[in-house]
Amino acid sequence: MAGLATSLGAGAASNSLEQIKDADVLFIFGSNTTEGHPIVSLHVNAAIRNGARIIIGDPRRIDLVKFSDVWLNLRPGSNIALLHGLIHIILRDGLQNDEFIKNRTEGFDELREAVKKYTPQYTQQITGVSVDKLEKAARLYAKAKNAMILYGLGVTEHHTGTENVMAIANLAFTCGHIGRPSTGIMALRGQNNVQGASDMGPAPNVYTGYQYVSKPEVREKFERAWDVKLPTIAGLKSVEMFDRAIEGTFKGLFTMGADTAHTDPNINHIWKAFDALEFFVVCDIFHTHTTRFADVILPGASFAEKDGTFTNGERRVQRVRKAIEPLAGMAEWQVLQELSKRMGFEMNYTHPSEIMDEIASLTPNYGGISYERIEKQGIQWPCPTKDHPGTTTLYELQFNRPSGKALFVAVEHAGSGELPNTEYPYVLITGRRLQHYNNGSMTRRVRGIMELSPEETIEINHADATRLNIAHGEKVRVSSRRGEIYVKAEVTQRSQAGNVFLAFHFEDALTNILTSGVRDPIAGTPEYKACAVRIDKL
Amino acid sequence: MTTAIAQDTITLTINGKTVTAASGKTILQVCRDSGIYVPTLCYDERLEAYGGCRLCLVEVKGQGRPLSSCTTPIREGMEVTTDSDRITRLRKTVLELLLSNHPNDCMLCEKAGACTLQELVYMYGVRYDNYYGEMWNLPKKDDNPFISYDPNKCVLCGRCVNICQNVVMKGTIDMTGRGFYSKPDTAFGKPLTPDICVFCGQCVSACPVGALTEKQARGKGRVGSVERVRTTCTYCGTGCNFYLNVNKGKIVKVTSDYAAPVNKGNLCVKGRFGYDFIQHPDRITKPLIRREGVTDTSPEVLKDPMAVFREAEWDEALDLVASKFMELKNKYGPDSVGGFSSSRCTNEENYLFAKWVRVALNTNNVDNCARV
Ligand code: SF4
Ligand code: SF4
Ligand code: SF4
Ligand code: FES
Repeated sequence: MAGLATSLGAGAASNSLEQIKDADVLFIFGSNTTEGHPIVSLHVNAAIRNGARIIIGDPRRIDLVKFSDVWLNLRPGSNIALLHGLIHIILRDGLQNDEFIKNRTEGFDELREAVKKYTPQYTQQITGVSVDKLEKAARLYAKAKNAMILYGLGVTEHHTGTENVMAIANLAFTCGHIGRPSTGIMALRGQNNVQGASDMGPAPNVYTGYQYVSKPEVREKFERAWDVKLPTIAGLKSVEMFDRAIEGTFKGLFTMGADTAHTDPNINHIWKAFDALEFFVVCDIFHTHTTRFADVILPGASFAEKDGTFTNGERRVQRVRKAIEPLAGMAEWQVLQELSKRMGFEMNYTHPSEIMDEIASLTPNYGGISYERIEKQGIQWPCPTKDHPGTTTLYELQFNRPSGKALFVAVEHAGSGELPNTEYPYVLITGRRLQHYNNGSMTRRVRGIMELSPEETIEINHADATRLNIAHGEKVRVSSRRGEIYVKAEVTQRSQAGNVFLAFHFEDALTNILTSGVRDPIAGTPEYKACAVRIDKL
Repeated sequence: MTTAIAQDTITLTINGKTVTAASGKTILQVCRDSGIYVPTLCYDERLEAYGGCRLCLVEVKGQGRPLSSCTTPIREGMEVTTDSDRITRLRKTVLELLLSNHPNDCMLCEKAGACTLQELVYMYGVRYDNYYGEMWNLPKKDDNPFISYDPNKCVLCGRCVNICQNVVMKGTIDMTGRGFYSKPDTAFGKPLTPDICVFCGQCVSACPVGALTEKQARGKGRVGSVERVRTTCTYCGTGCNFYLNVNKGKIVKVTSDYAAPVNKGNLCVKGRFGYDFIQHPDRITKPLIRREGVTDTSPEVLKDPMAVFREAEWDEALDLVASKFMELKNKYGPDSVGGFSSSRCTNEENYLFAKWVRVALNTNNVDNCARV
C-alpha cells in the first residue's frame, strides 16, 4: 500500500464496493476476483449485466476473461511496462484529461518523459501483449465515463510492487479516473482484516491511523494516553527481526495469529530465524508450521468466540460478535491484558467496545466510530466525528498529500527479481484457490471443502505438459534454487505456456519452499508472483 | 437489483394512506419501505422481479384485474389496496394449488419455522386436504458435500435458477423438464461438482421453502431452536456479514443477512459452509509449554505435538511469558524483543498488541502480516 500512499496520500481503496456495478469500464488487474474475492466478483457481474466493458490484466486465463473485451495477458513482472505502454497510447492520441492533470496533479512532465519510450511495439516486446490489445484497452479505459481499476496481489506481490501500484495510479490520474462515485482505484487485498491491521498500527514506524512515531506531537499524545515514555525511533520490520534473529541480536518474539513459517516466501530462511530465537511465543487456534518452533503456545480464539471489529477492503468498520464462549476460556484481548498486567502495566478493559473507544480517541480517521454507531451497519472511514456519516468516495475534493494534489511518479520497468533460465525455465506464480484460505489451517478442517479440493496441484499449460511428457493428474517434482515439492499436475489452458501456478494452502506441499526471498524494498512485500522453477517427470 | 433512474418522487395512496416514494420503484418496494406487508414467494431483493407466483397481487383502482405488485411500477395518484376478499381468495387458490403437490413433511423439514409456504398457509388458513392432485415422487439429491435438494418440495418460484444465472453467473442450474414435471436441476441431472458449481449456496439462500437446504446442518437445529448471531466473515477482506446459527453452544449453520451492506445475503463457499474448523477437535484449547530438554522443531512436531509440548494453566503460561520477556528486555535491551501480529485478528486485538509491545516491551519492534 506504500504505492498508493505516495501517489494519493493514503493507502486504501478509493470507493465502496457497491459502486462497482455502476462503472462503465472495469480494469481488473492482477486479481482473480472470482476465486480471491468471490463476493466482489458478484459486483463485477452486476456491472457486466449493466453493460460495463471489462479489461483484464493477468498472466492467467482467469474466469473473468470470458466476460472481457480485452485480455492483457502480460508476462509476470511486466506490469509497469504494460501500464506505461497504455499511458503512452493515451497521450499519443490526446485522450488524457488535461483539466484533471492541470488542476489536481503534480509531476506530469516527468511522467510524460518516462512513458515516451514505451511505444506499443516496445511494450509488446516486454509484456508479450499484442499491440492491438494495448490500443484497444487504452482507448476503452481512457474514453470511459466512470472507470474503476480493481487490483489484487498480482500487482503488489512483486519486488516492484510499490512501483506497480504507482503506475496504476499514473494511469488513473492521466484520465482523471478517480475521486468520483464508481470511478477510482480499489485494492483487493488478501486477508479479512488487512485494512484494519494496517490501520491499527502494529507497525514499526506508525501508531494507529498512520500517525508517525517520529512526530513528537503524535508521540506525546500517545504517551499521555498510555501514561508511559515511548521509544522515539522506528522499530524493526518483520524481515529485519528475522534477519537479526539469525545474526543473534534479536532474541524474543511474540507472534499473534500469523503462520509465517508457512506463508512467507523462502521459508527455509524463516525457519532458521525461528530456530535461532531464544524465546518464541505463538498464539494460534491450531498447530501450524510456526507453532512447532514455539517455546510457549497460547491458544487463540476464533472469530466466533469474541466481540470486536474487522475493517474490510472498502474501509468499512464492521462488528464481529461473540457466538460461543472462547474454547480456551479467554480471547486474545483478555490474554494481552493479563500479560501486560504481569509486566507491570495495568490494562482494565471490561469489553472490546472500550478498546474501540480508546482507538477512536487517538485516531482521527476512526474518531466517530463506536460500537453503538456500527451496531446496525458498518461505517467507512474516514469518520472523524460522532455525527460524521463516514466516507464512501475518497478524494472528491482533494488528495491526502500536503499540496492536496495527486503525484505522478515516473517509475521504470525493472522485471522480476528472479528470471527463468535453462536450468529453471518456468515462471511460478502463486495464489489462492476458491475453496481454501491461506495456510489452510481453517479450510483444511472443513470436511466438505476437503472433498472438493483435497490436495495441491500445479497448473501447467498443455504445450509444456506435452513437451515434458506429463499427463493430467501425474505426480511431478517442482524445484527452485531453494527447494523442491511433489504435486500432481493439472494440465490446463489457464496458465500460459512458460508459466505454472500453485496455491499455498497445504501443509505437505509447501509452495513457499520454492518462492524467492526477493522483496519489494519499499513495502517489504515478498515476490510471490514470480520465481523460476523447473518441473521434472518422476 | 432494480435501480431507480429518475430521482423525482411520486405520491400515491396505499390502503388509504398517502405515501411518497422515488419514481422507478415498484408497488411492492414501496409497501415494504413503508412497513406494509404483502405476501411474496418468488420475489428476491437481489433479483429482477420475475412475477411468477401471483401471491403479491394487489388491487389498483381503475384496473379491472389485480396486479402483481412486484412487477408494477408506481405511478402518480395510484390508489393501491393490498387486501380484499378477492385478493384473499386468489392467494388462497395459489396456496391450495401449491399444497396439492407438496409433501406433508413439515414435522421433519429443515425449513420449518423459516418456510414461506408454511407461514402463508398458516396465515391464510389453507387446509392440507382441500385439494387433491397428482404428487411428485422424485428422488432427493445430495451427492455433493454441501447442498441437499428435495425436488418434491419445490414450488417453482425460480429464485435458485435466477440467482445462479444472473447474480452468480454460473448457470449451473436451470428449469428442466416440461409441464407438470418441470423443476430446477443441473443439465442432465448431473451431481454438483466443482467444475460446474462454485458451492456459493446462493441458490439455497434464495429458496423460500425446504427444497434446497444446507446438507451439513441437517438435524442440527431449526430456526426455533437456534440463536442467530450476526457477524462478519473471517476469511477474505470483502467483509461479508452473515448469521452464525448456534444451538446449545454449537455452531450448526450459517444463514444469510439480506441487509448486509456489502454482500446482501450472498456468500461464497468459505463464508457459507466453511465453519467446521471453529469447533474442530484439533483446536488448541490449553496453553502449551515446550517440554524440558526437547529441542525438536522439525515438521515431525506436527505429527505429535504433545510429545514436544505439555499442557499448562493460563497462570503458569502467562507468568512464564511475562518473566521471559522481562528478562530478555533487561539483559539485551528492548531492541532485542518484539511482536508480530496478523490481519486475522480484530482491530481491537491489533491495537492492544501494538500497545503491549510499545508499553510493556518499550520498543517499536512491532509489525504485521498486512504486507502480504
Ligand atoms: S451453489 Fe452457487 S453455483 Fe452452485 S448451483 Fe447454487 S447458486 Fe449455482
Ligand atoms: S428449488 Fe426452491 S428456489 Fe428453486 S424453484 Fe424450487 S422452490 Fe424456488
Ligand atoms: S463470504 Fe467469501 S467473499 Fe465474503 S468475506 Fe467471506 S470469504 Fe470473502
Ligand atoms: S412475488 Fe410477485 S409474483 Fe411472486
